[in-house]
Amino acid sequence: MTLASASADASTASVVGRTVRSWLLPLGIFVGALIAWDLLTRVLGLPQFILPAPSKIAEAWVTYLPELWASATYTLVEIVLGMILGAGAGLAAGIVVARWAGLRESLLPVAIGVSAIPIIAFAPLLNNWFGLDTQLSKAMVAAVLVFFPVLINTSRGLLHVEPAALELMRSMAASDAQVFREVRSHSAMPFIFTALKVGTTLATIGAIIGEYFGAPSISLGQYIVRYAAFLNLERSWAAIVFASAIGIGLYVLVAVAERLMMPWHASYRTVTEEH
Amino acid sequence: MTDQPTGRRTSDTVVFTGNITDLLAEAEAAKAGREVVVELDGVSKVFAGGKDGTDVQALAQIDLSIRAGEFISLIGPSGCGKSTLLRLIGDLTAASGGTVAVNGKSARQARLDRDYGMVFQAPVLFDWRTVRRNVELPLEITGVDKATRAARATAMLELVELGDFGEHHPWQLSGGMQQRAAIARALALDPAILLMDEPFGALDEMTRERMNLELLRIWERTGTTVIFVTHSIAEAVFLSTRVVVMSPRPGRITKIVRIDLPRQRDVETREMERYFQLVTEVREALRGGEAEGETADARRVAAEGLSG
Repeated sequence: MTLASASADASTASVVGRTVRSWLLPLGIFVGALIAWDLLTRVLGLPQFILPAPSKIAEAWVTYLPELWASATYTLVEIVLGMILGAGAGLAAGIVVARWAGLRESLLPVAIGVSAIPIIAFAPLLNNWFGLDTQLSKAMVAAVLVFFPVLINTSRGLLHVEPAALELMRSMAASDAQVFREVRSHSAMPFIFTALKVGTTLATIGAIIGEYFGAPSISLGQYIVRYAAFLNLERSWAAIVFASAIGIGLYVLVAVAERLMMPWHASYRTVTEEH
Repeated sequence: MTDQPTGRRTSDTVVFTGNITDLLAEAEAAKAGREVVVELDGVSKVFAGGKDGTDVQALAQIDLSIRAGEFISLIGPSGCGKSTLLRLIGDLTAASGGTVAVNGKSARQARLDRDYGMVFQAPVLFDWRTVRRNVELPLEITGVDKATRAARATAMLELVELGDFGEHHPWQLSGGMQQRAAIARALALDPAILLMDEPFGALDEMTRERMNLELLRIWERTGTTVIFVTHSIAEAVFLSTRVVVMSPRPGRITKIVRIDLPRQRDVETREMERYFQLVTEVREALRGGEAEGETADARRVAAEGLSG
Protein backbone atom coordinates (compact mmCIF):
# COMPACT_ATOMS: atom_id res chain seq x y z
CA MET A 1 0.00 0.00 0.00
CA THR A 2 2.77 2.42 0.89
CA LEU A 3 4.62 1.53 -2.26
CA ALA A 4 1.54 2.16 -4.37
CA SER A 5 0.96 5.61 -2.95
CA ALA A 6 4.63 6.48 -3.03
CA SER A 7 4.77 6.11 -6.77
CA ALA A 8 1.38 6.44 -8.40
CA ASP A 9 2.81 6.40 -11.92
CA ALA A 10 4.53 3.11 -11.40
CA SER A 11 1.35 1.59 -9.99
CA THR A 12 -0.78 2.79 -12.92
CA ALA A 13 1.78 1.39 -15.32
CA SER A 14 1.77 -1.92 -13.49
CA VAL A 15 -2.05 -2.06 -13.54
CA VAL A 16 -2.06 -1.47 -17.29
CA GLY A 17 0.71 -4.01 -17.69
CA ARG A 18 -1.20 -6.54 -15.66
CA THR A 19 -4.39 -5.97 -17.69
CA VAL A 20 -2.56 -6.35 -20.99
CA ARG A 21 -0.84 -9.47 -19.74
CA SER A 22 -4.13 -10.92 -18.47
CA TRP A 23 -5.56 -10.52 -21.99
CA LEU A 24 -2.50 -11.45 -23.99
CA LEU A 25 -1.95 -14.82 -22.39
CA PRO A 26 -5.42 -16.32 -23.09
CA LEU A 27 -5.39 -14.71 -26.54
CA GLY A 28 -2.01 -16.28 -27.28
CA ILE A 29 -3.20 -19.68 -26.15
CA PHE A 30 -6.34 -19.34 -28.28
CA VAL A 31 -4.39 -18.37 -31.42
CA GLY A 32 -1.84 -21.10 -30.71
CA ALA A 33 -4.60 -23.67 -30.42
CA LEU A 34 -6.08 -22.56 -33.74
CA ILE A 35 -2.71 -22.88 -35.46
CA ALA A 36 -2.15 -26.32 -33.93
CA TRP A 37 -5.64 -27.35 -35.02
CA ASP A 38 -4.98 -26.13 -38.56
CA LEU A 39 -1.61 -27.90 -38.79
CA LEU A 40 -3.03 -31.10 -37.30
CA THR A 41 -5.84 -31.37 -39.87
CA ARG A 42 -3.30 -30.87 -42.66
CA VAL A 43 -0.62 -33.22 -41.30
CA LEU A 44 -3.13 -35.97 -40.47
CA GLY A 45 -4.99 -35.31 -43.71
CA LEU A 46 -8.35 -35.32 -41.88
CA PRO A 47 -11.31 -35.21 -44.26
CA GLN A 48 -13.21 -31.96 -43.82
CA PHE A 49 -16.47 -33.68 -42.80
CA ILE A 50 -14.63 -34.92 -39.70
CA LEU A 51 -12.88 -31.73 -38.77
CA PRO A 52 -12.40 -28.81 -41.13
CA ALA A 53 -9.32 -26.63 -40.71
CA PRO A 54 -9.90 -23.25 -39.04
CA SER A 55 -8.73 -21.52 -42.19
CA LYS A 56 -11.52 -23.28 -44.13
CA ILE A 57 -14.07 -22.28 -41.50
CA ALA A 58 -12.90 -18.67 -41.73
CA GLU A 59 -13.22 -18.85 -45.48
CA ALA A 60 -16.79 -20.15 -45.24
CA TRP A 61 -17.55 -17.49 -42.64
CA VAL A 62 -16.53 -14.70 -44.98
CA THR A 63 -18.16 -16.21 -48.08
CA TYR A 64 -21.56 -16.85 -46.49
CA LEU A 65 -21.60 -13.86 -44.15
CA PRO A 66 -24.96 -12.37 -45.34
CA GLU A 67 -26.99 -15.55 -44.75
CA LEU A 68 -25.10 -16.35 -41.57
CA TRP A 69 -25.81 -12.85 -40.31
CA ALA A 70 -29.51 -13.14 -41.13
CA SER A 71 -29.68 -16.52 -39.36
CA ALA A 72 -27.79 -15.23 -36.36
CA THR A 73 -30.01 -12.17 -35.88
CA TYR A 74 -33.12 -14.35 -36.20
CA THR A 75 -31.81 -16.63 -33.44
CA LEU A 76 -30.54 -13.70 -31.36
CA VAL A 77 -34.10 -12.37 -31.10
CA GLU A 78 -35.20 -15.74 -29.69
CA ILE A 79 -32.34 -15.81 -27.21
CA VAL A 80 -32.90 -12.26 -25.95
CA LEU A 81 -36.66 -12.75 -25.76
CA GLY A 82 -36.10 -16.01 -23.87
CA MET A 83 -33.70 -14.28 -21.48
CA ILE A 84 -36.20 -11.52 -20.77
CA LEU A 85 -39.12 -13.89 -20.25
CA GLY A 86 -37.17 -16.45 -18.23
CA ALA A 87 -35.28 -13.95 -16.08
CA GLY A 88 -38.38 -11.81 -15.52
CA ALA A 89 -40.46 -14.79 -14.43
CA GLY A 90 -37.58 -16.21 -12.39
CA LEU A 91 -37.07 -12.91 -10.57
CA ALA A 92 -40.76 -12.51 -9.81
CA ALA A 93 -41.10 -16.10 -8.63
CA GLY A 94 -37.89 -15.80 -6.59
CA ILE A 95 -39.19 -12.72 -4.79
CA VAL A 96 -42.53 -14.39 -4.04
CA VAL A 97 -40.86 -17.57 -2.82
CA ALA A 98 -38.42 -15.62 -0.63
CA ARG A 99 -41.21 -13.55 0.88
CA TRP A 100 -43.48 -16.39 1.97
CA ALA A 101 -41.86 -19.21 3.91
CA GLY A 102 -44.83 -21.52 3.25
CA LEU A 103 -44.38 -21.23 -0.50
CA ARG A 104 -40.65 -21.60 -0.10
CA GLU A 105 -40.95 -24.86 1.75
CA SER A 106 -43.51 -26.30 -0.64
CA LEU A 107 -42.41 -24.89 -4.00
CA LEU A 108 -38.66 -24.59 -3.86
CA PRO A 109 -37.93 -28.33 -3.54
CA VAL A 110 -40.25 -28.93 -6.50
CA ALA A 111 -38.47 -26.23 -8.51
CA ILE A 112 -35.08 -27.69 -7.70
CA GLY A 113 -36.38 -31.12 -8.72
CA VAL A 114 -37.83 -29.83 -11.97
CA SER A 115 -34.65 -27.95 -12.78
CA ALA A 116 -32.75 -31.24 -12.59
CA ILE A 117 -34.90 -32.61 -15.45
CA PRO A 118 -33.17 -32.17 -18.81
CA ILE A 119 -35.65 -29.52 -19.89
CA ILE A 120 -34.14 -29.48 -23.34
CA ALA A 121 -36.05 -32.73 -23.89
CA PHE A 122 -39.23 -30.67 -23.87
CA ALA A 123 -38.12 -28.62 -26.86
CA PRO A 124 -40.23 -30.57 -29.39
CA LEU A 125 -43.28 -30.21 -27.12
CA LEU A 126 -42.78 -26.47 -26.82
CA ASN A 127 -42.61 -26.35 -30.61
CA ASN A 128 -46.03 -27.98 -30.64
CA TRP A 129 -47.46 -25.57 -28.12
CA PHE A 130 -46.09 -22.30 -29.43
CA GLY A 131 -45.79 -23.04 -33.15
CA LEU A 132 -43.10 -24.81 -35.12
CA ASP A 133 -42.23 -21.78 -37.20
CA THR A 134 -42.45 -19.10 -34.54
CA GLN A 135 -39.63 -17.42 -32.72
CA LEU A 136 -41.75 -17.60 -29.57
CA SER A 137 -41.51 -21.38 -29.29
CA LYS A 138 -37.67 -21.23 -29.24
CA ALA A 139 -37.74 -18.26 -26.90
CA MET A 140 -39.87 -20.41 -24.57
CA VAL A 141 -37.26 -23.19 -24.57
CA ALA A 142 -34.65 -20.59 -23.67
CA ALA A 143 -36.95 -19.02 -21.07
CA VAL A 144 -37.62 -22.32 -19.32
CA LEU A 145 -33.88 -23.01 -19.12
CA VAL A 146 -33.16 -19.53 -17.73
CA PHE A 147 -36.11 -19.53 -15.32
CA PHE A 148 -34.90 -22.08 -12.76
CA PRO A 149 -31.41 -20.82 -11.97
CA VAL A 150 -32.77 -17.27 -11.72
CA LEU A 151 -35.61 -18.39 -9.43
CA ILE A 152 -33.35 -20.39 -7.15
CA ASN A 153 -30.58 -17.78 -6.97
CA THR A 154 -32.98 -14.89 -6.46
CA SER A 155 -34.70 -16.51 -3.51
CA ARG A 156 -31.40 -17.68 -2.08
CA GLY A 157 -29.87 -14.22 -2.48
CA LEU A 158 -32.83 -12.44 -0.92
CA LEU A 159 -32.61 -14.74 2.10
CA HIS A 160 -28.83 -14.64 2.31
CA VAL A 161 -28.71 -11.57 4.52
CA GLU A 162 -26.45 -10.91 7.46
CA PRO A 163 -28.59 -11.48 10.59
CA ALA A 164 -27.00 -8.37 12.12
CA ALA A 165 -28.25 -6.29 9.18
CA LEU A 166 -31.78 -7.49 9.87
CA GLU A 167 -31.43 -6.68 13.57
CA LEU A 168 -30.14 -3.24 12.68
CA MET A 169 -33.17 -2.63 10.45
CA ARG A 170 -35.42 -3.98 13.21
CA SER A 171 -33.89 -1.60 15.73
CA MET A 172 -34.79 1.24 13.35
CA ALA A 173 -38.34 -0.13 13.14
CA ALA A 174 -37.99 -0.49 9.36
CA SER A 175 -40.92 -1.96 7.42
CA ASP A 176 -40.65 -5.19 5.41
CA ALA A 177 -40.64 -3.15 2.22
CA GLN A 178 -37.76 -1.04 3.52
CA VAL A 179 -35.79 -4.13 4.54
CA PHE A 180 -36.35 -5.49 1.05
CA ARG A 181 -35.28 -2.29 -0.66
CA GLU A 182 -32.34 -1.34 1.53
CA VAL A 183 -30.89 -4.73 2.41
CA ARG A 184 -32.27 -7.79 0.65
CA SER A 185 -32.27 -6.49 -2.89
CA HIS A 186 -28.60 -5.50 -2.58
CA SER A 187 -27.54 -8.76 -0.94
CA ALA A 188 -29.30 -10.70 -3.70
CA MET A 189 -27.62 -8.81 -6.53
CA PRO A 190 -24.45 -10.98 -6.82
CA PHE A 191 -26.59 -14.15 -6.76
CA ILE A 192 -28.94 -12.87 -9.44
CA PHE A 193 -26.11 -11.82 -11.72
CA THR A 194 -24.47 -15.22 -11.35
CA ALA A 195 -27.73 -16.80 -12.51
CA LEU A 196 -28.05 -14.35 -15.40
CA LYS A 197 -24.53 -15.16 -16.59
CA VAL A 198 -25.31 -18.87 -16.57
CA GLY A 199 -28.62 -17.93 -18.21
CA THR A 200 -26.98 -16.35 -21.27
CA THR A 201 -25.31 -19.66 -22.11
CA LEU A 202 -28.45 -21.66 -21.36
CA ALA A 203 -30.63 -19.38 -23.48
CA THR A 204 -28.26 -19.70 -26.42
CA ILE A 205 -28.26 -23.48 -26.12
CA GLY A 206 -32.05 -23.56 -25.66
CA ALA A 207 -32.85 -21.48 -28.72
CA ILE A 208 -30.51 -23.40 -31.03
CA ILE A 209 -31.62 -26.83 -29.84
CA GLY A 210 -35.22 -25.68 -30.21
CA GLU A 211 -34.45 -24.81 -33.81
CA TYR A 212 -33.05 -28.31 -34.45
CA PHE A 213 -36.59 -29.65 -34.08
CA GLY A 214 -38.03 -27.30 -36.64
CA ALA A 215 -37.56 -23.67 -37.59
CA PRO A 216 -37.34 -21.52 -40.72
CA SER A 217 -34.20 -22.20 -42.76
CA ILE A 218 -32.93 -18.74 -41.82
CA SER A 219 -31.94 -19.67 -38.26
CA LEU A 220 -28.65 -20.79 -36.73
CA GLY A 221 -30.00 -24.15 -35.60
CA GLN A 222 -31.39 -25.08 -39.01
CA TYR A 223 -28.25 -23.76 -40.69
CA ILE A 224 -26.05 -26.03 -38.57
CA VAL A 225 -28.28 -29.07 -39.10
CA ARG A 226 -28.69 -28.51 -42.82
CA TYR A 227 -25.01 -28.21 -43.74
CA ALA A 228 -24.01 -30.98 -41.37
CA ALA A 229 -26.41 -33.20 -43.31
CA PHE A 230 -24.90 -32.05 -46.60
CA LEU A 231 -21.44 -32.77 -45.19
CA ASN A 232 -20.67 -29.12 -45.80
CA LEU A 233 -19.11 -29.00 -42.38
CA GLU A 234 -17.18 -25.75 -42.60
CA ARG A 235 -20.50 -23.92 -43.05
CA SER A 236 -21.92 -25.60 -39.94
CA TRP A 237 -18.79 -24.63 -38.10
CA ALA A 238 -19.06 -21.06 -39.28
CA ALA A 239 -22.58 -20.94 -37.81
CA ILE A 240 -21.28 -22.44 -34.57
CA VAL A 241 -18.72 -19.64 -34.41
CA PHE A 242 -21.60 -17.18 -34.70
CA ALA A 243 -23.54 -18.95 -31.96
CA SER A 244 -20.47 -18.85 -29.71
CA ALA A 245 -20.00 -15.15 -30.41
CA ILE A 246 -23.61 -14.50 -29.39
CA GLY A 247 -23.17 -16.49 -26.17
CA ILE A 248 -19.94 -14.73 -25.27
CA GLY A 249 -21.32 -11.32 -26.24
CA LEU A 250 -24.38 -11.70 -24.04
CA TYR A 251 -22.26 -12.94 -21.17
CA VAL A 252 -20.01 -9.89 -21.42
CA LEU A 253 -23.07 -7.61 -21.55
CA VAL A 254 -24.41 -9.12 -18.33
CA ALA A 255 -20.97 -8.87 -16.72
CA VAL A 256 -20.74 -5.18 -17.65
CA ALA A 257 -24.25 -4.56 -16.31
CA GLU A 258 -23.25 -6.30 -13.08
CA ARG A 259 -20.25 -4.09 -12.71
CA LEU A 260 -22.28 -0.95 -13.33
CA MET A 261 -25.02 -1.97 -10.91
CA MET A 262 -22.85 -2.99 -8.00
CA PRO A 263 -19.57 -1.11 -8.14
CA TRP A 264 -19.45 -1.54 -4.35
CA HIS A 265 -18.89 -5.29 -4.58
CA ALA A 266 -15.65 -6.63 -3.15
CA SER A 267 -14.52 -8.10 -6.47
CA TYR A 268 -14.51 -4.67 -8.16
CA ARG A 269 -12.82 -2.65 -5.47
CA THR A 270 -9.81 -0.74 -6.58
CA VAL A 271 -6.83 -0.61 -4.29
CA THR A 272 -6.99 2.54 -2.20
CA GLU A 273 -4.63 3.84 0.40
CA GLU A 274 -5.30 2.79 3.93
CA HIS A 275 -6.31 5.24 6.53
CA MET B 1 -33.34 -12.74 46.65
CA THR B 2 -32.70 -10.09 49.24
CA ASP B 3 -28.98 -9.94 48.52
CA GLN B 4 -29.60 -8.64 45.03
CA PRO B 5 -28.86 -4.96 44.88
CA THR B 6 -31.20 -2.89 42.78
CA GLY B 7 -30.32 0.24 40.90
CA ARG B 8 -32.14 2.46 43.32
CA ARG B 9 -30.53 1.03 46.38
CA THR B 10 -26.97 1.44 45.13
CA SER B 11 -27.58 5.11 44.56
CA ASP B 12 -27.65 5.42 48.35
CA THR B 13 -24.17 4.02 48.79
CA VAL B 14 -21.96 6.87 47.75
CA VAL B 15 -18.30 6.32 48.41
CA PHE B 16 -16.35 9.38 49.43
CA THR B 17 -13.41 9.82 47.14
CA GLY B 18 -12.05 13.02 48.55
CA ASN B 19 -13.46 14.93 45.63
CA ILE B 20 -16.00 17.40 46.91
CA THR B 21 -17.18 18.50 43.45
CA ASP B 22 -18.16 14.93 42.69
CA LEU B 23 -20.27 14.73 45.77
CA LEU B 24 -21.93 17.98 44.91
CA ALA B 25 -22.68 16.77 41.39
CA GLU B 26 -24.13 13.60 42.85
CA ALA B 27 -26.40 15.53 45.18
CA GLU B 28 -27.50 17.72 42.33
CA ALA B 29 -28.45 14.76 40.14
CA ALA B 30 -30.46 13.26 42.97
CA LYS B 31 -32.23 16.58 43.57
CA ALA B 32 -32.95 17.01 39.87
CA GLY B 33 -34.56 13.59 40.15
CA ARG B 34 -33.43 12.27 36.80
CA GLU B 35 -36.22 10.12 35.48
CA VAL B 36 -35.92 6.37 35.13
CA VAL B 37 -35.58 5.42 31.45
CA VAL B 38 -35.25 1.67 31.74
CA GLU B 39 -37.02 -0.35 34.39
CA LEU B 40 -36.52 -4.10 34.51
CA ASP B 41 -38.71 -5.95 36.94
CA GLY B 42 -38.22 -9.65 37.55
CA VAL B 43 -37.14 -10.23 33.97
CA SER B 44 -36.30 -13.77 32.90
CA LYS B 45 -35.47 -15.42 29.61
CA VAL B 46 -35.66 -19.09 28.75
CA PHE B 47 -34.38 -20.46 25.46
CA ALA B 48 -36.37 -23.52 24.48
CA GLY B 49 -34.67 -26.77 23.58
CA GLY B 50 -30.90 -26.85 23.94
CA LYS B 51 -28.88 -29.66 22.37
CA ASP B 52 -30.21 -32.24 24.81
CA GLY B 53 -33.75 -30.91 24.39
CA THR B 54 -33.90 -29.20 27.78
CA ASP B 55 -34.71 -25.54 28.12
CA VAL B 56 -31.91 -23.17 29.01
CA GLN B 57 -32.52 -20.46 31.54
CA ALA B 58 -30.50 -17.56 30.15
CA LEU B 59 -31.69 -14.90 32.59
CA ALA B 60 -33.44 -15.12 35.93
CA GLN B 61 -35.00 -12.47 38.14
CA ILE B 62 -33.35 -9.38 36.72
CA ASP B 63 -34.27 -6.17 38.52
CA LEU B 64 -32.56 -3.02 37.34
CA SER B 65 -33.50 0.57 36.86
CA ILE B 66 -31.46 2.94 34.77
CA ARG B 67 -31.79 6.71 34.97
CA ALA B 68 -31.46 9.22 32.17
CA GLY B 69 -27.90 10.09 31.27
CA GLU B 70 -26.35 7.08 32.97
CA PHE B 71 -23.62 4.98 31.40
CA ILE B 72 -24.30 1.39 32.40
CA SER B 73 -21.95 -1.46 31.56
CA LEU B 74 -23.12 -5.06 31.66
CA ILE B 75 -20.19 -7.32 32.36
CA GLY B 76 -19.88 -11.03 32.97
CA PRO B 77 -18.40 -14.24 31.62
CA SER B 78 -19.68 -15.76 28.38
CA GLY B 79 -23.08 -17.25 28.88
CA CYS B 80 -24.19 -14.88 31.63
CA GLY B 81 -26.84 -13.45 29.32
CA LYS B 82 -25.52 -9.90 29.17
CA SER B 83 -26.10 -9.65 25.44
CA THR B 84 -29.51 -11.24 25.86
CA LEU B 85 -30.36 -8.64 28.48
CA LEU B 86 -29.35 -5.85 26.10
CA ARG B 87 -31.41 -7.41 23.33
CA LEU B 88 -34.41 -7.66 25.66
CA ILE B 89 -34.20 -3.94 26.39
CA GLY B 90 -33.87 -3.24 22.66
CA ASP B 91 -36.79 -5.54 21.80
CA LEU B 92 -34.66 -7.70 19.54
CA THR B 93 -35.86 -10.66 21.59
CA ALA B 94 -38.81 -11.05 23.94
CA ALA B 95 -38.66 -11.68 27.69
CA SER B 96 -40.06 -14.96 29.01
CA GLY B 97 -41.17 -13.34 32.25
CA GLY B 98 -41.20 -10.04 34.10
CA THR B 99 -41.59 -6.61 32.61
CA VAL B 100 -39.30 -4.38 30.58
CA ALA B 101 -40.36 -0.74 30.62
CA VAL B 102 -38.59 1.91 28.57
CA ASN B 103 -39.64 5.52 29.05
CA GLY B 104 -42.78 4.14 30.64
CA LYS B 105 -43.61 2.14 27.50
CA SER B 106 -43.12 -1.48 26.50
CA ALA B 107 -39.77 -2.25 24.86
CA ARG B 108 -41.61 -2.91 21.61
CA GLN B 109 -43.34 0.44 21.62
CA ALA B 110 -40.04 2.14 22.44
CA ARG B 111 -38.45 0.42 19.44
CA LEU B 112 -41.31 1.47 17.17
CA ASP B 113 -40.93 5.03 18.50
CA ARG B 114 -37.22 4.81 17.60
CA ASP B 115 -36.06 5.41 21.16
CA TYR B 116 -32.99 3.23 20.56
CA GLY B 117 -29.76 3.50 18.70
CA MET B 118 -27.98 0.16 18.32
CA VAL B 119 -24.29 -0.54 17.85
CA PHE B 120 -23.21 -4.13 17.37
CA GLN B 121 -19.82 -5.82 17.59
CA ALA B 122 -19.62 -5.71 13.79
CA PRO B 123 -20.19 -2.26 12.31
CA VAL B 124 -22.86 -3.61 9.88
CA LEU B 125 -22.36 -0.82 7.38
CA PHE B 126 -23.84 -1.33 3.94
CA ASP B 127 -21.18 -1.50 1.25
CA TRP B 128 -23.58 -0.20 -1.39
CA ARG B 129 -23.90 3.10 0.46
CA THR B 130 -21.27 5.69 1.15
CA VAL B 131 -20.40 6.34 4.78
CA ARG B 132 -22.61 9.44 4.71
CA ARG B 133 -25.55 7.55 3.28
CA ASN B 134 -25.08 4.82 5.86
CA VAL B 135 -25.43 7.46 8.56
CA GLU B 136 -28.51 8.80 6.77
CA LEU B 137 -30.16 5.37 6.64
CA PRO B 138 -32.24 5.68 9.85
CA LEU B 139 -33.32 9.16 8.75
CA GLU B 140 -34.39 7.82 5.36
CA ILE B 141 -36.34 5.07 7.03
CA THR B 142 -38.23 7.54 9.19
CA GLY B 143 -38.93 9.70 6.15
CA VAL B 144 -36.87 12.74 7.11
CA ASP B 145 -36.51 15.17 4.20
CA LYS B 146 -33.30 15.38 2.23
CA ALA B 147 -31.97 18.70 3.50
CA THR B 148 -32.46 17.78 7.15
CA ARG B 149 -30.90 14.39 6.48
CA ALA B 150 -27.81 15.94 4.97
CA ALA B 151 -27.43 18.43 7.80
CA ARG B 152 -27.90 15.76 10.45
CA ALA B 153 -25.44 13.38 8.78
CA THR B 154 -22.84 16.12 8.55
CA ALA B 155 -23.25 16.91 12.23
CA MET B 156 -23.04 13.24 13.24
CA LEU B 157 -19.99 12.58 11.06
CA GLU B 158 -18.28 15.55 12.62
CA LEU B 159 -19.22 14.35 16.08
CA VAL B 160 -17.40 11.07 15.47
CA GLU B 161 -14.61 12.88 13.63
CA LEU B 162 -15.32 11.38 10.24
CA GLY B 163 -16.19 14.71 8.64
CA ASP B 164 -13.81 14.12 5.73
CA PHE B 165 -14.86 10.54 5.07
CA GLY B 166 -18.53 10.91 4.22
CA GLU B 167 -18.04 10.13 0.55
CA HIS B 168 -15.85 7.10 1.22
CA HIS B 169 -17.21 3.61 1.12
CA PRO B 170 -17.21 1.55 4.32
CA TRP B 171 -14.53 -0.86 3.10
CA GLN B 172 -12.15 2.04 2.66
CA LEU B 173 -12.19 2.75 6.41
CA SER B 174 -10.24 1.05 9.18
CA GLY B 175 -12.08 -1.05 11.78
CA GLY B 176 -12.12 1.76 14.33
CA MET B 177 -13.43 4.26 11.78
CA GLN B 178 -16.14 1.86 10.68
CA GLN B 179 -17.28 1.49 14.25
CA ARG B 180 -17.35 5.27 14.64
CA ALA B 181 -19.53 5.47 11.52
CA ALA B 182 -21.83 2.90 13.14
CA ILE B 183 -22.04 5.09 16.25
CA ALA B 184 -22.83 8.13 14.10
CA ARG B 185 -25.63 6.15 12.48
CA ALA B 186 -26.97 5.02 15.85
CA LEU B 187 -27.06 8.64 17.04
CA ALA B 188 -28.62 10.01 13.85
CA LEU B 189 -32.17 9.89 15.23
CA ASP B 190 -31.04 11.36 18.55
CA PRO B 191 -32.20 8.28 20.46
CA ALA B 192 -32.94 8.37 24.18
CA ILE B 193 -30.92 5.19 24.70
CA LEU B 194 -27.78 3.96 23.01
CA LEU B 195 -27.49 0.18 23.17
CA MET B 196 -23.99 -1.11 22.50
CA ASP B 197 -23.20 -4.82 22.25
CA GLU B 198 -19.42 -5.24 22.65
CA PRO B 199 -18.85 -2.48 20.10
CA PHE B 200 -15.09 -2.44 20.49
CA GLY B 201 -14.61 -6.18 21.01
CA ALA B 202 -13.06 -6.69 17.59
CA LEU B 203 -10.60 -3.80 17.86
CA ASP B 204 -7.01 -3.92 19.00
CA GLU B 205 -6.18 -2.63 22.47
CA MET B 206 -4.77 0.72 21.35
CA THR B 207 -7.72 1.54 19.11
CA ARG B 208 -10.06 0.34 21.79
CA GLU B 209 -8.67 2.75 24.38
CA ARG B 210 -8.89 5.61 21.92
CA MET B 211 -12.48 4.64 21.08
CA ASN B 212 -13.30 4.62 24.79
CA LEU B 213 -12.23 8.22 25.09
CA GLU B 214 -14.16 9.10 21.94
CA LEU B 215 -17.27 7.43 23.26
CA LEU B 216 -17.06 9.31 26.57
CA ARG B 217 -16.73 12.58 24.69
CA ILE B 218 -19.76 11.72 22.54
CA TRP B 219 -21.75 10.65 25.60
CA GLU B 220 -20.81 13.91 27.31
CA ARG B 221 -21.98 15.95 24.35
CA THR B 222 -25.20 14.11 23.56
CA GLY B 223 -26.30 13.26 27.07
CA THR B 224 -27.82 9.95 25.93
CA THR B 225 -28.25 7.04 28.27
CA VAL B 226 -25.80 4.32 27.30
CA ILE B 227 -26.13 0.61 27.99
CA PHE B 228 -22.88 -1.08 27.09
CA VAL B 229 -22.08 -4.79 27.00
CA THR B 230 -18.44 -5.71 27.43
CA HIS B 231 -16.22 -8.39 28.84
CA SER B 232 -13.37 -6.03 29.54
CA ILE B 233 -13.21 -4.98 33.19
CA ALA B 234 -10.95 -2.03 32.39
CA GLU B 235 -13.30 -0.76 29.74
CA ALA B 236 -16.36 -1.13 31.95
CA VAL B 237 -14.79 0.75 34.88
CA PHE B 238 -13.32 3.46 32.72
CA LEU B 239 -16.54 4.26 30.86
CA SER B 240 -19.38 3.71 33.27
CA THR B 241 -21.32 5.43 35.97
CA ARG B 242 -22.35 1.95 37.15
CA VAL B 243 -21.06 -1.50 36.30
CA VAL B 244 -23.58 -4.31 36.45
CA VAL B 245 -21.77 -7.57 37.21
CA MET B 246 -23.54 -10.70 36.05
CA SER B 247 -23.02 -14.39 36.64
CA PRO B 248 -24.08 -17.32 34.48
CA ARG B 249 -26.34 -20.36 34.87
CA PRO B 250 -28.80 -18.78 35.05
CA GLY B 251 -27.74 -15.23 34.20
CA ARG B 252 -28.44 -12.84 37.02
CA ILE B 253 -27.07 -9.67 38.56
CA THR B 254 -24.61 -10.43 41.34
CA LYS B 255 -23.44 -6.93 42.07
CA ILE B 256 -23.76 -3.37 40.90
CA VAL B 257 -20.56 -1.38 41.32
CA ARG B 258 -21.00 2.37 41.41
CA ILE B 259 -18.08 4.01 39.59
CA ASP B 260 -17.35 7.13 41.60
CA LEU B 261 -14.45 8.33 39.50
CA PRO B 262 -14.59 11.97 38.49
CA ARG B 263 -16.95 12.44 35.57
CA GLN B 264 -14.19 14.02 33.48
CA ARG B 265 -12.09 11.00 32.49
CA ASP B 266 -8.93 10.87 30.45
CA VAL B 267 -5.81 8.74 30.02
CA GLU B 268 -4.73 9.61 33.56
CA THR B 269 -7.91 8.18 35.00
CA ARG B 270 -6.51 4.75 34.26
CA GLU B 271 -3.62 5.48 36.60
CA MET B 272 -5.69 6.62 39.56
CA GLU B 273 -5.63 4.65 42.79
CA ARG B 274 -9.44 4.62 42.91
CA TYR B 275 -9.58 3.25 39.37
CA PHE B 276 -7.51 0.24 40.43
CA GLN B 277 -9.67 -0.29 43.50
CA LEU B 278 -12.79 -0.32 41.34
CA VAL B 279 -11.22 -2.68 38.79
CA THR B 280 -10.38 -5.02 41.66
CA GLU B 281 -13.88 -4.71 43.05
CA VAL B 282 -15.42 -5.66 39.70
CA ARG B 283 -12.94 -8.49 39.23
CA GLU B 284 -13.74 -9.93 42.64
CA ALA B 285 -17.45 -9.65 41.98
CA LEU B 286 -16.93 -11.54 38.72
CA ARG B 287 -14.86 -14.22 40.42
CA GLY B 288 -17.53 -14.65 43.07
CA GLY B 289 -20.08 -15.39 40.38
CA GLU B 290 -17.69 -17.80 38.65
CA ALA B 291 -16.91 -19.89 41.74
CA GLU B 292 -20.57 -20.16 42.59
CA GLY B 293 -21.47 -21.52 39.19
CA GLU B 294 -18.60 -23.99 38.97
CA THR B 295 -20.80 -26.82 40.27
CA ALA B 296 -23.18 -27.03 37.34
CA ASP B 297 -20.85 -27.91 34.50
CA ALA B 298 -23.26 -29.34 31.99
CA ARG B 299 -25.50 -26.30 32.12
CA ARG B 300 -22.55 -24.06 31.69
CA VAL B 301 -21.60 -25.60 28.37
CA ALA B 302 -25.19 -25.28 27.19
CA ALA B 303 -25.49 -21.69 28.31
CA GLU B 304 -22.18 -20.60 26.87
CA GLY B 305 -23.28 -21.65 23.45
CA LEU B 306 -26.01 -19.04 23.63
CA SER B 307 -23.97 -16.06 24.61
CA GLY B 308 -23.05 -13.48 22.08
